[in-house]
Amino acid sequence: MENPIVTPSELKTEEFVVNIGPQHPATHGVLRVEATLDGEIIKDVLPHLGYIHRGIEKMTESLGYKQSIFLTSRMDYLSAHINNHVCALAIEKAAQIEVPARAKAIRIIMDELQRLTSHELWWGSCAMDIGAVTPFFLAFRDRERILELFEQNTGNRLTMSYIIPGGVMNDVRPDFVPKLKALIKSIKEYRKEYDQLITGNFIFQHRTQGIGILSKEQAISLGCTGPTARASGLSCDIRKLYPYDGYEKLDFKEVIDYGCDNWARYVVRMEEMNQSIHIIEQLLDNLPTGDYRTKLKGVLKLPAGEYYQRVESARGELGVYIVSDGGAKPYRMKFRTPCYSNLGAVKPISVGMKIADLMANMATIDLVIPDMDR
Amino acid sequence: MKALYNYLKEVAFAFVSLANGLLLTLKYFVTPWKSIITENYPDNRANPSVADEFAGEVILIHDENNEHKCTACTLCQLACPNNSIQIISKQVETEDGKKKKVLDKWVYHLEMCTFCKQCIDACPQDAIKMTNSYELSCFDRSTLTKILNQPGSKLKEKPKVTAKVQE
Amino acid sequence: MISMIQFSDVLAWIHQLLSSCMAPWLVFLIELVVASVAAVVALLVCVIIMVYMERKVAGHMQLRHGPNRVGWHGVCQLFADIIKLLLKECFTPTRADKLLFVVAPVLSLCVSLLALAPISWGPGLVLWNTNIGVLFVTAISSMGVIGILMAGWSSNNKYALMGAMRSGAQIVSYELSAGLSIVAIVALAGTLNTGGIIESQANGWWILKGHLPAFFAFIIYIIASTAECNRAPFDLAEAESELTAGYHTEYSGMQFGIFYLNEYINMGVVSMVASTLFLGGWQPFYLPFDFGWAHAFNDIMALKFMETWPAWISWVSLAWPLVWFFGKLFLIIFFMMWFRWTFPRLRIDQLLKLEWKYLLPLSIVNLVIIALIVVLGLHF
Repeated sequence: MENPIVTPSELKTEEFVVNIGPQHPATHGVLRVEATLDGEIIKDVLPHLGYIHRGIEKMTESLGYKQSIFLTSRMDYLSAHINNHVCALAIEKAAQIEVPARAKAIRIIMDELQRLTSHELWWGSCAMDIGAVTPFFLAFRDRERILELFEQNTGNRLTMSYIIPGGVMNDVRPDFVPKLKALIKSIKEYRKEYDQLITGNFIFQHRTQGIGILSKEQAISLGCTGPTARASGLSCDIRKLYPYDGYEKLDFKEVIDYGCDNWARYVVRMEEMNQSIHIIEQLLDNLPTGDYRTKLKGVLKLPAGEYYQRVESARGELGVYIVSDGGAKPYRMKFRTPCYSNLGAVKPISVGMKIADLMANMATIDLVIPDMDR
Repeated sequence: MKALYNYLKEVAFAFVSLANGLLLTLKYFVTPWKSIITENYPDNRANPSVADEFAGEVILIHDENNEHKCTACTLCQLACPNNSIQIISKQVETEDGKKKKVLDKWVYHLEMCTFCKQCIDACPQDAIKMTNSYELSCFDRSTLTKILNQPGSKLKEKPKVTAKVQE
Repeated sequence: MISMIQFSDVLAWIHQLLSSCMAPWLVFLIELVVASVAAVVALLVCVIIMVYMERKVAGHMQLRHGPNRVGWHGVCQLFADIIKLLLKECFTPTRADKLLFVVAPVLSLCVSLLALAPISWGPGLVLWNTNIGVLFVTAISSMGVIGILMAGWSSNNKYALMGAMRSGAQIVSYELSAGLSIVAIVALAGTLNTGGIIESQANGWWILKGHLPAFFAFIIYIIASTAECNRAPFDLAEAESELTAGYHTEYSGMQFGIFYLNEYINMGVVSMVASTLFLGGWQPFYLPFDFGWAHAFNDIMALKFMETWPAWISWVSLAWPLVWFFGKLFLIIFFMMWFRWTFPRLRIDQLLKLEWKYLLPLSIVNLVIIALIVVLGLHF
């Protein structure tokens, strides 16, 4: 007769697979993460892409250069201005278009405002992934103020298509500068509330500190850029390394943290918001006067060749690679989007952590799904 | 002893940091008239908080004589990335016997428009503009295809004076 | 107070009235049914207020209005929601354990309603006047986890299972410190009877006259009971951003509605216990001094001025203890809502660490100090 008593060595636990997504509150989009779990502990993470692939790169091949720009707003919809900017810069570089000083200044202001909106929204959604709901509303309140400014000056709130080859689509309103000054003042006030509610919070600090370690070597080998890599001590700010549109004349700090964990990524983004405010303040008082755009021909043609341009998006290095055959339409337009590379970091930093940490890791890497899939 | 001190210090710090956050939410809770930012949307239709510059639906500008400035040059149609504009023109004979292309129908497919302002930018005559309307949803898809030139409207004649100056 | 009408007088009068025209067993049956229905209805009314309150508190803390469409300031929103839930299909997944799936919400509802039995709502107003009242509540409330585990297991859903397992670990751990802080007050009061505990606070609430340890016990109890109710920041069983909806992921319609109701009933019961133990239940606030204005204040609190009023007006004084009881109840519930809409969620290991490394040692030390206070007779 068999012994009915089960000894501890015979008790086995089994790994099981949980699909996080494509419809899941934590992925903020249609990313599917296949997580292999042993109880609460993550053994493996496998992200699946392609649920929101719209073929933007292929679509550009049937559109002109000017029209391609509006498509780029739809990639990383939280930093639409910056996406437009990289495309405009690449086209200007290829066609050797001179951009007026006023347009350059407006572009930088818009870029930095966009970075602020993006980081504010990230702050809210990061806190929400960690379990606090109220910060999300605070973030939306502050983001709304900036979006109102966008609406007044560019006409749209989310997908602006404002920065175009040769400058910007239209001049800013006469009351742009005073309104922006008031806005900057209120953003500084709001920043204190962020620290009061979340940064100083004991639970939040314990949820992020020492969790999701991404070493510098890993960050380099995975191609991570932006705040994700800078939190691992890697200097990779394109605004400093390959300045464009007059960033070289501005005084700002490249925020680098050596903590490598979620907390470091949080701190880097929070400090970047301060730096963005600092950049805008420098431009506000001496906004150049003059033309806001160089008039271009109706149909833009680039000389045959290959062109690459990169900018610092809110999430990292955003590059565009254009192959032109001399025609009115690009032969090939390839985007190097930051989220796609940063997504690679999810697995190495999550394995061995708890499932709740996976959400915190994905939140601090700041993934925007349409940016990966394009 | 040091360990106990650190233990108690941690507990105290936890309480202080949590109380800080609680104070902020309490501040919002007790001052709703200051803190609430949401709008009672369908009730405030009379004065919506939408900027005049907001890029909504495209319209063809008509003046009081029912005249527009569109010369049917189709630049907007070419500039549109989504093919949401169709310019249907017709040939008419003017008094002096010359054939002339005039606008027949300015067809606007609102359902395909992404409000990218490329058509406004492309128009050499400033004949079209974007209104700041935002309630664009409807029950029937066919109502989204619009003909923007009003019936009986015609091209605005260029004033002779300015024509001379330009010559 | 002597000349004024008491709840016990009213109840005795009703009992007499029924006994005069019915057999004793029938009287007992009718009283049983009427009393329990009255308690459940009272609690349901509380739940309705609580749900509305939660939405408004959440709204105002999040810079929103909260519900403001259905009825005046959205007061009818909950009724609209209930109608929606009743009309929805109670969907059972194909591979679910059908019996357990249906039983789970009902079981957890029964358990949380059972804990209502020994609660003293007012002077003499108690369903089951037993000398093990508080013990019964703690025993019953730890059974609530069975319903959650059942729901998680029977749904045949990984999210639900994980939520249920988390909830199991959480409730079993937090029972300990909740129990220990209850024991602290039981030691001070010297009785387990809820009515007795409340009467022992006639000259001041335990949170005030029990020195600092009673205050610590109160804080520990609030934290532990928030965890027991699976409320944020301890809502790991639901953990919206991780497990979508946790143990009730697969539930829809009124079955989900029962879980929702259950959460609020649990909150209500926990707050009633907290107000009974620490805040003097239905006792008004008395100053523990005996001089001039303090005396006058205590007289006003005891409604002494009503003694000279005609008898038909002094009926109003019946509501006085109830006002205090429900006031304290909603105060504690407000605290729990306040926590929920401010704090981030803890991770499962931090949750257990908080209990086993912080709350449990603290509450044991606390209990020892309280025991010393009781033995040395240092409390008021």
